[in-house]
Amino acid sequence: MLAAEPKAVTGIWWWRGKTFRRGAQRVIATALILIGAGIFLVPLFWMVRTSLMPGGEVFLQPIRWIPSRLLWENYPKALKVIPYLTFLRNSILITSLSIVGAIFSSCLVAYAFARLNGPGKRVWFTLLLITMMLPDAVRLVPTYLLFRVFGWLDTYKPLIVPHFFGSAFYIFMLRQFYMTLPRELDDAAKIDGCSFFGIFWRLILPLSKPAVATVAIFSFYSSWNDFMEPMIYLNTMEKYTLPLGLTFFVNVRGRTEWNLLMAASVLPIIPCVVLFFLSQRFFVQGVSLTGLKG
Amino acid sequence: MTTIDRPVARVKFPRWRLSLKQQEGMAFYLFASPWIIGFLIFTAGPMLSSLILSLTQYQIIRPPEFIGLANYKRMFLEDPLVWHSLRVTAFYAMGSVFLTVTVAFLTAMLMNQRIFGISVFRTIFYLPTSISGVPLAILWMWIFNPEFGILNLALRVFNVQGPDWIWSPVWVLPAFMIMGVWNMGGAMVIFLAGLQGIPQHLYEAVELDGGGVFAKFRHVTLPMVSPVIFFNIVMSIIGAFQTFTNAYVMTAGGPGNASLFYVLYLYRNAFLYEGMGYACALAWLLLVIVLALIFVVFRSSSYWVYYEGELVR
Repeated sequence: MLAAEPKAVTGIWWWRGKTFRRGAQRVIATALILIGAGIFLVPLFWMVRTSLMPGGEVFLQPIRWIPSRLLWENYPKALKVIPYLTFLRNSILITSLSIVGAIFSSCLVAYAFARLNGPGKRVWFTLLLITMMLPDAVRLVPTYLLFRVFGWLDTYKPLIVPHFFGSAFYIFMLRQFYMTLPRELDDAAKIDGCSFFGIFWRLILPLSKPAVATVAIFSFYSSWNDFMEPMIYLNTMEKYTLPLGLTFFVNVRGRTEWNLLMAASVLPIIPCVVLFFLSQRFFVQGVSLTGLKG
Repeated sequence: MTTIDRPVARVKFPRWRLSLKQQEGMAFYLFASPWIIGFLIFTAGPMLSSLILSLTQYQIIRPPEFIGLANYKRMFLEDPLVWHSLRVTAFYAMGSVFLTVTVAFLTAMLMNQRIFGISVFRTIFYLPTSISGVPLAILWMWIFNPEFGILNLALRVFNVQGPDWIWSPVWVLPAFMIMGVWNMGGAMVIFLAGLQGIPQHLYEAVELDGGGVFAKFRHVTLPMVSPVIFFNIVMSIIGAFQTFTNAYVMTAGGPGNASLFYVLYLYRNAFLYEGMGYACALAWLLLVIVLALIFVVFRSSSYWVYYEGELVR
C-alpha cells in the first residue's frame, strides 16, 4: 500500500478507500457505543422501575418494563419500614464533618509537601506513598482496639476524627495540584513580606478551588457509602448510618417487597448522582490539574 | 534641623534569629504535623501492634496472651479456610481485573472517537462509579435474582436458562466479576486520558510506513498507554483483594463459603470468633501478599511498559 491513497476511489474497490473506511469505522464505533451505553443504563433503569411499581407487578410474568402506574407512594412507605430519617441524619452529620476534616488537614499537609522543605521530607513523602497502597485490613484490629482504649466505641468519633489528620490520597492529589502553581507567585508574596502561612492562606488556597472541590467530592463518596467502619464501631441502632440501616431493611421486608427495597436503595444514591453531574466539570479540571493522567 | 525625619526601615538581625532555611524546616513540620501525627497514631502504631498482637491470643475480655508463632502455624498448616479464602479472593481478583481492564480499555478507545455527543456517553459509562456500597449491593442482589432479576430475564429472551448467580457456588464469583465490570468507568476515564495524550504524529508515522489499524494499535497505542494499564492493574488488584461489603451484604460468604473473601474471613475471626490475635496474623499475611503482587508487577513492568523518555533498546 502506497502512502498517498486517492481520497475517493472509484471503480470496483470502493470499500478500500480511506473515506469509506473512516466512515465505516465511525458507524461501527457508534453502534458499539450505543449498545454498550444501553446495557450500562439497564441496571439503573431496572432499579427505578422496580421502585415505582405496585408490589404485585414486580413478579409478573412476562415482565413489565414500565410500571402500569408510577407509585410514588412507595417512597414514603419505604421510609417507614426502618427509622430511615434517623439514619439519614446520622449519615449527613458524619459525612459533613468528615469532609471538613479531610479538606482542612489535607490542604495543610499538601502545602508542606509541595512548597516547603525540611529535613527528612523525602522519607515522609515515601511513607505517604506507601500508605496510599496499604490495605486497610492490616490496621483494622489495632485501630479498633485503640478506639476501645479511648472509649470511643459506639460513638461517631472513630468515623470523624481520623479525617482531621489527613488522608494520604487527598494529600497526594492536592500536592500534585499545588506543584502546578508557579513558584513565582510564592516569591512575589515573600518579597512583599508574606509568611509561609500567609502564602498558604491568601495565595494557594484561593487558587485551588477545583482541587479542593475534587477532594470534597471524593471525601463525600467515601464517607457517605462507608459500611465496614460504621458497622464495626457503632452498636446502638439510633446511631446507625444509612448504609448500615439499609441492611436491616433487606432482612425485614426486602425479601418479598422488592419495590420498597429498591425505593429505599434509590434514596441514598440520589445525592451521589446529583453530585456526580455537578462535579463533571470540576472533576475533569481536577484530574488534569493534578497530573493524574499519566 | 538639617534633615527631615523619615521613617526608615531598619532590618535587625539578632543572633538568635533562625535562618530562612531553618524557618522553612519548622514550617514544613508544622504544616505536615497533622498527617505525621496521624500516620504515627493511625498507621505506623497500629501496624506495629498488629504485628505484636499476631503473636498473641486475644479475646477482648481477657488481656492478650503471648503464644508465639502459634497463630501462624495454625494459619499455614491447620486452617483450610485460610487457603480457601485466598483462592476465592485470588480467583476473583484475576478474573475481575482482567475483565474490567479489558472492557475499560476497549471502551476508552471507543470514547476516543470524535463523534458528536461523545461526552454524553462518557458520562453514562462513568456514572455507575458514583454508586457504591450497600445500595449497589442490594441492586445487584435484585438483578441477579434467578426468577425475576433482569439478567436471567434477558437470558430467557435468548432461550438460555440463567444460573442461580450469587446463590450458586459455581456462579457466585463470576457474578461478582460482572458487578465489577459495571464499575469500570473509573479505569475507563484514566485510560481515556492516557489515550488522548498520545501524539498524533506517531499514528501518522505508522500510516506512512503503510500500517493499518492493527499496526497502529500494536506499535503506537499499546506502548504509549502501557504505563496507564500497568498502574490500573496494580491498583485494581489491590482493590480486589480488599473486597468486603459486597460479600458481607450479598452472600455472607456463601453459598457454603464459595464467596468467602479473605477480608470477610478476617473480619469474622476478629469480631465473631473473637480471635483478634489470629486476625492480626491474617492481616499481615494479606499485607505480604499485596506487597508481593506489587513487587511482581513492578519488576515485570520493565519488559512491557514504555515510558516516554527512556532510551530505546
